[in-house]
Amino acid sequence: MREIVAENSHASTIVLEVENWPGHVAGQHVDVRLTAPDGYQAQRSYSIASAPEDPRFELTVERIDDGEVSPYLVGELRAGDSFELRGPIGGPFTWRVENGGPLLLLGGGSGLVPLMAMARHHRARDSRIDLRLLVSARTWEDVLYREELERAAQRESVDVRFTLTRAAPAGWSGFARRIDAAMLTALGPDPSAAPAVFVCGPTPFVERAADLLVELGHRPQAIRAERFGPSGS
Amino acid sequence: MTPLSRGFSGRPRREIDPARIPPGQYVVEDFPVLSAGPTPRTPTSEWSFTLDGAIGSALSWNWAQFTALESETFTVDIHCVTKWSKLATSWTGVSLDTLLRGVDTQAAYATAWSDGGYTTNLPLADLTGGRAWVVHSFDGAPLAAEHGGPARLLVPHLYFWKSAKWVRGLRLTVDDEPGFWEAAGYHNRGDPWQEQRYWND
Repeated sequence: MREIVAENSHASTIVLEVENWPGHVAGQHVDVRLTAPDGYQAQRSYSIASAPEDPRFELTVERIDDGEVSPYLVGELRAGDSFELRGPIGGPFTWRVENGGPLLLLGGGSGLVPLMAMARHHRARDSRIDLRLLVSARTWEDVLYREELERAAQRESVDVRFTLTRAAPAGWSGFARRIDAAMLTALGPDPSAAPAVFVCGPTPFVERAADLLVELGHRPQAIRAERFGPSGS
Repeated sequence: MTPLSRGFSGRPRREIDPARIPPGQYVVEDFPVLSAGPTPRTPTSEWSFTLDGAIGSALSWNWAQFTALESETFTVDIHCVTKWSKLATSWTGVSLDTLLRGVDTQAAYATAWSDGGYTTNLPLADLTGGRAWVVHSFDGAPLAAEHGGPARLLVPHLYFWKSAKWVRGLRLTVDDEPGFWEAAGYHNRGDPWQEQRYWND
């Protein structure tokens, strides 16, 4: 591990040097395996945050308070430490500019991470493909990569919108509610444009977003989803 | 030699029989949801289950016929390739032995297919012998859509992606034909006790 950068109070980006890394496609993840002195091992999956083109290889990890691996990665790991990593893993939830667009990305919480790899890939390739990104988070402080996203939104082909579901700062001009049909219609593109759609986040966010997309007329086969966390039921 | 992770001790080990936990898995109390697309919501009035492929003539059951078949309620441990295991889950459904009774086939494999386009392949031997079911209830209640309802395949001795949600049929095949995750780099059989997660395990 080369460097750890705090994104906010509960998530950090871990910059790694990986031996024999074969390269990855935006959207893929890795398996991290930790081994305790008594031989006990714990494995979890984390999305790759960096673009395939980026010489810095980055994971962004959100600390789950009662978790086992994420508190170690976010709280204990120091530059120079090593751990086992396997990957890249994942086929359907990937995008390269050669796949074309338009591209519609919906991220809830740390579900933004694999979508950020796609947006960074889009930028690294200087793509003009129509890219729309909706970032849902509880508060502005919870939004990962804030400054980078605001810069990305300046690019002509990129539209980034935010929705804050718990509290919004004074003078907030973005959305301030859970994802709904009006929000998706405002974001676009129209289902007739047949965008490739990627949705990632906690299960309730993904269930709701994917249902809304189908109701709006997006083809179910064009919607790729990754869910995490408890089901809420 | 596995490198140690400095400063990592792991969570206090819980009172769980380690013989029940396959290598690399951890136990959850909730029930995570993993699927690759939107959740299909097929009403039972439009639901059917079909056996076809390498058999003389296809067999099909509508919801009323399917739920009238001899059913079993049983408790098993389930293991997801994303590392979580859930112990002592209770299901009700129809054994594949019941569905395949009297079927004459040369097939050695089957592809389960689902609403939403998902597929997964299994050796027929993994679907018979009281080890696989099409289930419609979890914990005594109708199976929720996000967990695969109206009905899902349940093959608890293999990683849970083999237990296809929203299953609508089995196509019996003479040759082994990789399904959705199997074609995307996951292991063809997926035995959690052999830790067969990815194709080269």
